[in-house]
Amino acid sequence: MFLSSRRQYGAVSRVGRVTALVALTGLVAACGRTSATPAPTPAPGPSTDWARDPRNTMRAGLFDAQEAISNLRVTAKAVSPPGFLGITNSDLAFTGKYAIQGNYNGPVIWDISDPAKPVLVTAYPCPASQNDISVYRNLMFMSAEANNGRTDCLPGGVADTVSALRMRGVRIFDISDIKTPKLIANVQTCRGSHTHTVLEDPKDRQNVYIYVSGSAGIRSPNELAGCAGSVASDDPNSSRLRIEIIKVPLADPSKAAVVGRANIFAGLSISPRHGLSDADKAQQATQLAAARARGAFVGRNPQSGMDMVVPPQLVRPLLDSIAKAGGRTAANAADTTAARTAAQGALNRLFAAAPGGPAGAVSERSQCHDITVYPALGLAGGACEGHGLLLDISNPVNPVRLDAAADSNFAYWHSATFNNDGTKLLFSDEWGGGGAPKCRAGDKPEWGANAIFSIKNRKLVFESYYKIPSYQSANENCVAHNGSLIPIPGRDVMVQSWYQGGISVFDWTDPKHPMEIASFDRGPVDSTRMVMGGSWSVYWYNGKIISSEIARGLDVAEMIPSPYVSQNEIDAAKTVQWDYLNAQGQPKIEWPPSFALARAFTDQMERKGCFSGQRIGAIRASLTAAERATGGTRSTALSNLVDTLDADTRAGCDDDKATLLSKAVQDLRGTVL
Amino acid sequence: MRVTTEPPVTVPPSVPYRIAPLAAILLMACAGSRTTASPPPFVMGQAGATARARADSLRYPYTQADIDFMGGMIHHHAQAILIARWAPSHGASASVQRLTARIINAQSDEILLMQNWLRDRQRDPMLVDTLGNVTTARASAPTGGAASAGHDMTAHAGHEMAGMEAMPGMLSDTQLHALDTARGREFDRLFLIYMMQHHRGAVSMVRTLFGAHGAGQDETIFKFAADVEVDQSTEIKRMLTMLLEMGEVPPQ
Repeated sequence: MFLSSRRQYGAVSRVGRVTALVALTGLVAACGRTSATPAPTPAPGPSTDWARDPRNTMRAGLFDAQEAISNLRVTAKAVSPPGFLGITNSDLAFTGKYAIQGNYNGPVIWDISDPAKPVLVTAYPCPASQNDISVYRNLMFMSAEANNGRTDCLPGGVADTVSALRMRGVRIFDISDIKTPKLIANVQTCRGSHTHTVLEDPKDRQNVYIYVSGSAGIRSPNELAGCAGSVASDDPNSSRLRIEIIKVPLADPSKAAVVGRANIFAGLSISPRHGLSDADKAQQATQLAAARARGAFVGRNPQSGMDMVVPPQLVRPLLDSIAKAGGRTAANAADTTAARTAAQGALNRLFAAAPGGPAGAVSERSQCHDITVYPALGLAGGACEGHGLLLDISNPVNPVRLDAAADSNFAYWHSATFNNDGTKLLFSDEWGGGGAPKCRAGDKPEWGANAIFSIKNRKLVFESYYKIPSYQSANENCVAHNGSLIPIPGRDVMVQSWYQGGISVFDWTDPKHPMEIASFDRGPVDSTRMVMGGSWSVYWYNGKIISSEIARGLDVAEMIPSPYVSQNEIDAAKTVQWDYLNAQGQPKIEWPPSFALARAFTDQMERKGCFSGQRIGAIRASLTAAERATGGTRSTALSNLVDTLDADTRAGCDDDKATLLSKAVQDLRGTVL
Repeated sequence: MRVTTEPPVTVPPSVPYRIAPLAAILLMACAGSRTTASPPPFVMGQAGATARARADSLRYPYTQADIDFMGGMIHHHAQAILIARWAPSHGASASVQRLTARIINAQSDEILLMQNWLRDRQRDPMLVDTLGNVTTARASAPTGGAASAGHDMTAHAGHEMAGMEAMPGMLSDTQLHALDTARGREFDRLFLIYMMQHHRGAVSMVRTLFGAHGAGQDETIFKFAADVEVDQSTEIKRMLTMLLEMGEVPPQ
């Protein structure tokens, strides 16, 4: 275990965060220093600690690379089967006891009942990219994006630029017998499918919907009728502006078809919020202050809503025309006042008429790379190239945009994850497309990272960035990628892939101060050059952490207790069991009543320093006694504990958490465990 | 190394067995070496990379259009990096310097990727120096001309050279000169306009690639070209906004 690299990159009060962390563990300062004298007050900036991270320099190797692990235990490293090993492993979905791993040569199905020994069930050759997988009951869906995918699942590609053989879209398989998947439909789409998202409509049990994401080139209408690559403003049917929606009738999934194209970008001007980095904002503020001081015109940028200096090119003609209308050759003071009022109109017209503006010609516009739906809340997070979108999906075939964010530090919005109560949304920036080493010492911590937003009144409010606190080598492709929530109750904890940066578990309960709490990483695949590898996706599924390793196979890991996560919190997380999981179709996590749940909340109150040691000891003793008891004795013990907890919920330290604890104990009363 | 012992890989039962001889061979290769349980050992360095590229090309052959795209894009990227590096010395604003830092970082890594792709296929990987000069060692290219053994051809980024057309969107000598002599706000304005033109050229190169018979089948090429299209389109939009915020109406 190492603790010296427990650092986060927060937008605000970095030093404060570091100090709090030291207070939390009492270990950080000591680690990584071998000096005999106690270290002085620890005030290293994140960069010095990132530079010392044990993940930074490790021996390379495909199967014998050096490893660094913190607060996790890897229980299995299954090697991809022949014919699939060496071909890119991609995304994961889960059904029952199976993990289905996408691979550019076809899906690979593993039985993961034994976390120490995943057993290969079948590997089904069907080459395409990215072959990202989702499941729903007896159906498996798989994305095909590139030009080389074929309707017959055979290798060899498609050389013709227009061909009926080409498959770009979503394949549907019947996996009633999981050992022998049966291809039942190839649903063709205009841009193919880079990834896709299965959406269950709580109001419609006869169908499931698939949001198709992808930004690759649009097909010729000669290959697939209805596809149009023309500039959208000229053609309302253009595929350029749309997400395609497939409806899958469960009674006959082979009849699945594209039923709609939602234009979630309509009228979207380039982004309002969080468009600028701190340095940009500082420079802008200085310029504005100077401009105001010299009496320059200041107007409101109609896109960002922020003040801006009205450019002289706009002001001069305004002044001239006003003066001319008054019969003067030069503007007087009254003309200047009139021009100040008119300047805003001129700014508005400039923005509206320019390409990309609301009234202007739409040229290059967005597609979504990935959409995460949260049906229980009727929300979706769209990671759509230059924008992060918040969508209302109460009507699955007509998603409505609620808000959009852009970020000058973000190259490409790649994926989205909500926290469980839907008050935060995390976007990741797949800078360099996942094939480039973007975690080197010179790559900024806010580039190729996660951006964390709060959702307030259905709007996105930027909070901070998170990037793994490590400097990876130039031989390791590394950037933020896919992950999912770990169901630790009362906290927002997520496990995430960083390609050859490994996997990182971090806590973003406090959205301004995300913090890494566990990690696993290998050295590069090759010591001499960049060879693609690392974790494509890592998700928590029924107590296990499953990672799709691009070059190697399937890794299985589990959380172990640490100063950041207690055994009770891990046990409570393991009580959450799903029949299946598509990480981009985010399920609402609900914890069944358990003693582990009550103990997890107790541990969290202790960690926060809310209760005295005596009080914590008393609560734990009561829980132990109740657990040992049965029937009426147990009910009485639990009722007595609830009574004593009533005062705790009004103690003023963390009353919400105390209430969760009290409720967890109450729920135990009616439960036979 | 861990050795797996797994059940035979299934062949899709629904697939009619009407495959061309080449496909049949490939299918056998893909469906797994049923006779050998362990995969071949992984070889680091150039030898391993060349061998993996050869296997990759058996699955998805590459074409002259692919080679031209990679070589051409190296030239294209080299010029973008050249002019982006001018930003600090030419008084660019903080936001333009952030943009140029990203362009330099992203496109330098992409040049390495393209060079690796070419080198692994024993094609001329070209040399790019810090001034954006691209040297093509024609003599070393297996398909190169017969005459020029030992004679390197050097093209300054932005200049047309014999046998190497300027790529779409690349700045002309006049534009390069105008940008190099501009300072401050005027540098920002010209840089954004020229880089939008430059990026649009890159996007058109991607479309040309995918419009060529048999091209863009290889996984690396497809992913890289698609990323160029989407990354640079996204950046064009960002530059458009930056120009608007300067109060400039961008050219169509």
